[in-house]
Amino acid sequence: MGVPISVTVNGQHRESEVDSRTLLVQFIREELRLTGTHVGCDTSSCGACTIIMDGKAVKSCTVLAASANGSDITTIEGLAQNGELHPLQEGFKEEHGLQCGFCTPGMIMTAVQLLEDNPQPSEAEIRHGLEGNYCRCTGYHNIVKAIYHASRKYKEVSHG
Amino acid sequence: MIQCKTSKEIGGMGHSMRRKEDARFIQGKGQYVDDIKLPEMLYMDIVRSPFAYAKITNINIEKAMALPGVLAVITGKDLEQYNLHWMPTLMSDTQMVLPVDTVMYQSQEVAAVIATERYIAADAVELVEVEYEPMQPVMDPYKAMEADAPVLRIDKEGKTDNHIWHWEAGDKEATDRIFDDAEVKVKEQMHIPRIHVASIETCGCVANYDKVNNHLTMYMTTQAPHAIRTVIALVAGHVGLTEEKVRVISPDIGGGFGGKVPVYPGYVIAIAASFLIGKPVKWIEDRSENLQADSFARDYHITAEMAGTKDGKILATRFKLLCDHGYTDAAANPSKFPTGLFSICTGSYDYGHSYAEADAVYTNKPPGGVAYRCSFRVTEAVHAIERITDCYAQEINKDPAQLRFDNFINKDQFPYKSALGWEYDSGDYHQGLQKAMEVVGYDDLRKEQAEKRARGELMGIGISTFTEIVGAGPSREFDILGIKMFDSAEIRVHPTGKAIARFGTKSQGQGHETTYAQIVAEELGIPAEHIQVEEGDTDTAPYGLGTYASRSTPTAGAAAAIASRKLREKAKKIAAYLLEVSEEDLEWEPGKFFVKGAPDKAKTIQEIVFAAYTNHPQGMEAGFEATHYYDPPNLTFPSGAYICVVDIDKETGEVKVRRFVAIDDCGHIINPMIVQGQVHGGLTQGLAPALYEELIYDEEGNILNGTFMDYLVPTAVESPSWETGHTVTPSPHHPIGAKGVGESPTVGAPPAIVNAVVDALSHLGVTHMEIPITAPKVWKILKEKGAL
Ligand code: FES
Ligand code: FES
Repeated sequence: MGVPISVTVNGQHRESEVDSRTLLVQFIREELRLTGTHVGCDTSSCGACTIIMDGKAVKSCTVLAASANGSDITTIEGLAQNGELHPLQEGFKEEHGLQCGFCTPGMIMTAVQLLEDNPQPSEAEIRHGLEGNYCRCTGYHNIVKAIYHASRKYKEVSHG
Repeated sequence: MIQCKTSKEIGGMGHSMRRKEDARFIQGKGQYVDDIKLPEMLYMDIVRSPFAYAKITNINIEKAMALPGVLAVITGKDLEQYNLHWMPTLMSDTQMVLPVDTVMYQSQEVAAVIATERYIAADAVELVEVEYEPMQPVMDPYKAMEADAPVLRIDKEGKTDNHIWHWEAGDKEATDRIFDDAEVKVKEQMHIPRIHVASIETCGCVANYDKVNNHLTMYMTTQAPHAIRTVIALVAGHVGLTEEKVRVISPDIGGGFGGKVPVYPGYVIAIAASFLIGKPVKWIEDRSENLQADSFARDYHITAEMAGTKDGKILATRFKLLCDHGYTDAAANPSKFPTGLFSICTGSYDYGHSYAEADAVYTNKPPGGVAYRCSFRVTEAVHAIERITDCYAQEINKDPAQLRFDNFINKDQFPYKSALGWEYDSGDYHQGLQKAMEVVGYDDLRKEQAEKRARGELMGIGISTFTEIVGAGPSREFDILGIKMFDSAEIRVHPTGKAIARFGTKSQGQGHETTYAQIVAEELGIPAEHIQVEEGDTDTAPYGLGTYASRSTPTAGAAAAIASRKLREKAKKIAAYLLEVSEEDLEWEPGKFFVKGAPDKAKTIQEIVFAAYTNHPQGMEAGFEATHYYDPPNLTFPSGAYICVVDIDKETGEVKVRRFVAIDDCGHIINPMIVQGQVHGGLTQGLAPALYEELIYDEEGNILNGTFMDYLVPTAVESPSWETGHTVTPSPHHPIGAKGVGESPTVGAPPAIVNAVVDALSHLGVTHMEIPITAPKVWKILKEKGAL
């Protein structure tokens, strides 16, 4: 039996009916066709599926679509505003924080929350904040730099 | 030193140009195989064996077929009707697509379910009832070699043991004689454990067979799309899929590292299913399937020996290998090289004699092994030589850096013929190690270590000075299934001076869309920004053998340079015609030809290209296009000097990499930012097996860590901040002097880390540690040695 859900995704209101067991990541990818959110594992380990749900970074492979009913979701596709890249997107490009790009959306979404909670993190804080996200290509070195890059941008913005 | 000959606007070699491909990846617009959704697409899921070795007595598909949405359950018996139940491996062995009566490893494919939805396919997998008669598996490769071991491959007629092949290189007798007479001999047994590439994207495909046109489009995670097309045609030509009817598209790939070179059964079953049903079929393996069934690497048991003088001159080395391939040799090596390029094991040192031999063996483990970020077994070779060199230094109580300096091949000895027959193209090993020692502050670290040791603290410094062998390879020796290992570039410049360039390789994150554009920009002066690079579609790209073994820059990169030079020759003719001078009077600077002594009499490359379409000299072919298939005259030999500093926590045995300095020499550098990124990634993939990763099996053949919950991929927390640098010794035979870099760090890092740990414990009498060096392993040794 389908469960009706209504969610806001990247600012757009979406209504749908899902199977009670459908994972949120499946709903986002297959139903909404927002394929920037990736699946890298079946054990909630890799973080490739990370999205922002009601202000918190969550692994969308670990949430049922039905339980996301009523929530406000941002995926990687919704991060750039009016054609302007988000400072983290900018940072990943500038600092070469990605190679194959598969982990990147999840990394960026995790970092969105990381900077939200702690706008000026230290290197160690950034590394700990990324503990739930695997990257096999970059060795994390430039991901850390990318997030640091964005944090300086945040600073510039908040200091006008 | 990196010098840029082109302006930043042109963005040729040496510029840290930001990557062109990033725009789509950072906005979630990459197009990976699982992002493809075709009309009426079906989903495939696979039933896998819970046993490592068992007879299949019955498969009952009734319940699965009764589930609404299930279209088919395919078994080995179904494929047998089309003679598709076995397939050849790249090493001329054979591998089951689906078993008819026996499973040979845990998680082997047993049957495939095709359904209208992914979840229904997964449900149906649970409903397929398979009856097994389990047998005792053979897991230990040494036991598999014993005379009374059960013979595993009874499908092979006349097979009476589990031995696959024997390989040897070098002069055994002469080497043995040196060993007999040597003052010092050291010997160590080492296992390079079975590990997994674990790219964050797993493997998968969408097979789309169009019955009306008898045409197959295969979207798949492959590093070598052209070779795959040929293999499909060779295997399925008899059912009508001849090569012009097959198009392989390799979309964006989420990391490959060698794991996406082989043909896995899932791909073949998906093709068969699409062929039989006439609809597109998608198969995406989940992570556990990926870890348990494919892309394993290494699993070499190595006995390494070194002979030398008392004062530290290396005289000879000997290596004996036992290679565990699982139930079939499904490695992805060049055909004539069963041990890959292991014979680079003589290392960066100048000595005359070496002998290496290998035996490969079948066991009840998954088949392989792939060349995981490594030019075919170079990782194993480098581990062996760099470890045994340290054992020798320790034995004669000599500083390992000094021992290396005393034995390095000198820069004026190149081209250098190694004891096992390779001709090293160029290198400056002294400079590399010197630089690494300066950066890390070697002498101060040794002082610090002595002080710490006196206080009972454990700290170690480890060195690895390796030589790689990449860029396979010259056609006289290198082929895969008979296809020579050249690679290709095709450049078309449009009338307005913008270009599209296509290649036979396939990036999986290496940044080809940027670096190839930079090579063309360097050679033609057309801004890299205006050169669109395409790979991965066999209908449009020129034929090539793909991307692995750090071969893209050495082969396709060279092809790009030469194709560009062909175009520059044409440009010169057109410029001479336009400027009404003879060709000899022209000089080139990036982006334009000008008249010698009259620099303002010039034609830009854009003006010249426009003329090629609008005003070309009579008799000249119109247009501005060139293709080149590059057959390298030799391999390239990148090198590196790595120094690792570790601290060991005595309470827990935990090893912490405090610093890691990597000085690489990959010849001329195309994009320093990308090279540095490659090094960071490779170092982390070297750290992983050194300290964390290993696929572990019990005696019954069960994998004990086949998920991401227990297979420990390092995160940002375990990974240190890497310190990188380089020396530049161009390859003399490569058109742009480049050597390739992607794999050096994966190859060079593990022995540096192990050498550091052993160094930290050497005063306790420790001479070797097997990888992965986990905290419990260290703690146990500390306890044994009474050092707690
Ligand atoms: S796919 Fe969600 S954590 Fe791996
Ligand atoms: S960039 Fe490839 S997994 Fe992170």
